[in-house]
Amino acid sequence: MIELREVGKSYGAVRAVDGVSLTIERAEFVVLIGASGSGKSTLLKMINRLVEHDQGMVLFQGEQIRAFKPEDLRRRMGYAIQSIGLFPHWSVARNIATVPQLLRWPRERIAARVDELLALLDLEPALYRERYPHQLSGGQQQRVGVARALAADPEVLLMDEPFGALDPISRQALQHELIRIHRASRRTIVMVTHDIGEALRLATRIVLLDRGRIVQAGTPAQLLAHPADDFVREFFGGDERGLRLLALQPVAERVHAGESAPGEPLPHTASLRDALSQFIARGVSRLPVADAASGRVLGAIHFDDLLAPPSPTP
Amino acid sequence: MSLPPGAALVVAPGQHAAPRVRNRVLGVLVLAALPAVGALAFVRVAPNRLVTGEAVTLLGLMSEARHALWLPAAVLMFAVFAPAARWVHATVLVASAGLLAALFWIAGSEAALQSAAPASGLARVSLGGGFWLLVVLAGLAAADAAQRLDLAPARRTIALAALLLPLAALLAAGHLDALSLLKEYDNRREAFDAALLRHLQIVLAALLPALAIGVPLGVAAARSPAIAGPLLAALNIIQTVPSIALFALLIAPLAALGLRGIGLLPAAIALTLYALLPIVHGTASGLAQVSAAALEAGRGMGMTAAQLFWRVRVPLALPVLASGLRVTTVQLIGLAVVAALIGAGGFGALVFQGLASSAIDLVMLGVLPVVALAVAADAGFALLAALLRKDAAR
Amino acid sequence: MTWPRLHRLLRDPLPWLTAALLLLVWGMPSLKPLFAAWFPTLDRPLYEQESFAALSMSHVAIVAASSAVSLAVGVAAGLFVTRGAGREFRPLVETLVAIGQTVPPVAVLALAVPLIGFGALPALIALALYGLLPIVRATIAGIESVPQGVLEVADGLGLTRLQRLQRTELPLALPVLLAGVRSSVIINIGTAAIASTVGARTLGSPIIVGLAGFNTAYVLQGAVVVALMAVVVDLGFERLGARWGRWRAAV
Repeated sequence: MIELREVGKSYGAVRAVDGVSLTIERAEFVVLIGASGSGKSTLLKMINRLVEHDQGMVLFQGEQIRAFKPEDLRRRMGYAIQSIGLFPHWSVARNIATVPQLLRWPRERIAARVDELLALLDLEPALYRERYPHQLSGGQQQRVGVARALAADPEVLLMDEPFGALDPISRQALQHELIRIHRASRRTIVMVTHDIGEALRLATRIVLLDRGRIVQAGTPAQLLAHPADDFVREFFGGDERGLRLLALQPVAERVHAGESAPGEPLPHTASLRDALSQFIARGVSRLPVADAASGRVLGAIHFDDLLAPPSPTP
Repeated sequence: MSLPPGAALVVAPGQHAAPRVRNRVLGVLVLAALPAVGALAFVRVAPNRLVTGEAVTLLGLMSEARHALWLPAAVLMFAVFAPAARWVHATVLVASAGLLAALFWIAGSEAALQSAAPASGLARVSLGGGFWLLVVLAGLAAADAAQRLDLAPARRTIALAALLLPLAALLAAGHLDALSLLKEYDNRREAFDAALLRHLQIVLAALLPALAIGVPLGVAAARSPAIAGPLLAALNIIQTVPSIALFALLIAPLAALGLRGIGLLPAAIALTLYALLPIVHGTASGLAQVSAAALEAGRGMGMTAAQLFWRVRVPLALPVLASGLRVTTVQLIGLAVVAALIGAGGFGALVFQGLASSAIDLVMLGVLPVVALAVAADAGFALLAALLRKDAAR
Repeated sequence: MTWPRLHRLLRDPLPWLTAALLLLVWGMPSLKPLFAAWFPTLDRPLYEQESFAALSMSHVAIVAASSAVSLAVGVAAGLFVTRGAGREFRPLVETLVAIGQTVPPVAVLALAVPLIGFGALPALIALALYGLLPIVRATIAGIESVPQGVLEVADGLGLTRLQRLQRTELPLALPVLLAGVRSSVIINIGTAAIASTVGARTLGSPIIVGLAGFNTAYVLQGAVVVALMAVVVDLGFERLGARWGRWRAAV
């Protein structure tokens, strides 16, 4: 879907991006992560030509992005940023309708799409359609921002630290929304963040950048379990890595079916880290596991399972 | 990739490298100067005061020593293509100063030349549009260079003031005395001095009462929104009324009170009213913007209300008030010109008299000092503000 | 019209003042007996050399024409120096504006005469030039007030430069720009009154003639009409600003 071949960008004497090659497939959720100045934002902006690469090639759907007119390219991609940037002089509905209007969709189609997206982002359409940005909270504004980015049904969604300006509760809520939207629509998402937890939670693939170069790219589990070097190891929390790895694995993978254990059961979608927390809090070595939806008890999990390799999923 | 500064000016043999325009602003100024040099009247020579003079362009005035003008001019033209470097900007600044001096010198010496001719006792040599345009362009080139040099505000003011030194020297040496403008000044010395004095009187007669009334009103407005609302609305209405109408509307009430409806008094009253809005607004918003955190800290340290007011609010509000004062003063200097229409005197008297008798020199004699006063007041307040800020930072 | 709306309209000063202005302008001749009673010593209690209607229309025409020019040139200049190659010229333009504003409008008027002569033309040119200054300043300030995030998103979503200007920058800069236009127009109304000293036909004529001839009635007639005109126009701009700026957060 998107291919970057040896792309580079210099600002004066500084190489912001240095020889990066990356392929992003359809339906992936790629997170670009790194410290400040690692080049992650620059790399993202090279995809929709907000920043022009001066070395290498960037391809979108097999064609060089330079062959497109910038506006045409960008209208096929959604874009959401940290400062949200809702147009203050337009209502929520008009904001969301920005790109569809540029594409000259018929009015009814736009109205229907606006309502659909508001519902998707958990904002009651009748209530929010005619509100103005200054009447919304930060979390609500960014929901509208995401809706606006998705309005014209883009093939790719680009996000530059979209939740950085939000309070922790809104941030978490929106992260859940995003996972939900990704799973439902199988849309390709490329996101930049410096929040390790966010990256581990959302990504199907993480690309770690340092000083304009890719240090390692892989699934969250790969980067945690098999860091390429000390930089990666330290970045993902050094000693914390074990706990982070636990957080990635669901309890369901370690259940002994049919066994029973006393106490309040864990939902099967809980992570092993949650299980560890419960083991210690209750002072036991075995916990029951129940289906998250129906509450039916599935089995039990043992404390020793935390170290065992995962059993094949039933 | 850094080439030595002069490289832009050197074309390697065999290459036809077109020099790149580096300083577009200077380029535009130089281009604008070309018609001023070749086509517009630099000076106008008239046989007597009543006839409009015959235009003479700068090119037409050139003779031996005057060709020295081309040196700073050439420097400025080359500087358009020179790369951005501090020494280049400094050179442009010096060249502009030189150009200014040369322009004034040529104008003055031409006037002296014309007046020295036997039959022309009444001859008038007045400064033409070309002269003024070139002077403004040279000044702007200097301002641009000073801005690119990125000097501290105090230094920038000094650098630009230094531009005026050659002019001052020429004036003092009497070199410009043959110009019609200065002959007019000579003839009207008393009227000019009276106008200067009266103009300053008008401004002060309005400024001081405005401060005395406006600052307390501003303090009251900051304390009570109930007062602030109607007060600022009323002052806003006064600001909207055109100055001449306000002067005129005061005639009747003042006459009813048995006072003179024309002259200094109504002018001072009207100008005081105009000055009230910026001063009240400046005081009120200055006090209001004092941060709540600073006030709370003060209260926490045990300051009384009075101490809090004088030691925290006032010093922090002062810069805003000073800025309002600066705007007010400049505005009053300009409004005082209109006051001449109701017989208050001041430089406006010269301006309107000149308009009535179609004597541009008289008009200039009224306008130039007003502009100079306004610029000086503005620069003075700006310098004061800069100094106060350095004080506070320390 | 519903009763509450009528009630609000009646309590609003703007319609009353506008009505008063129009009545005064067209009905001035009928007030002659009133002025005769107030100023019994004067031979001519009413300015009759030209009708107030004609003077007012001429005054409005001069202000409108010069303001239109100031608006077009001022906004263009402000836009030019806030983007692309024009940024280099911004300090120059700001210096020119700053110096220009220290020159009193009367002076600009007076200096236009030797260049152009007497009449309405020097007044038009002087007013247009002087009116430029607050508008350039307001355009620059308005464009600067647009948040950076909004501009970035506008680009990122795929608006062209022109679309970004039309749909985002200009509408968001409008409140500040309108304040500048308001200020410029009000000053112009005042300066146009003085323009009668250079031979333009405006509401300043009765005032100037009255001052010269010690005819307080003339002076009063001219002053009240022009003052009322300025107040009405100012209120009008305030209403316009409130209506166009509704999307701003309630302060």
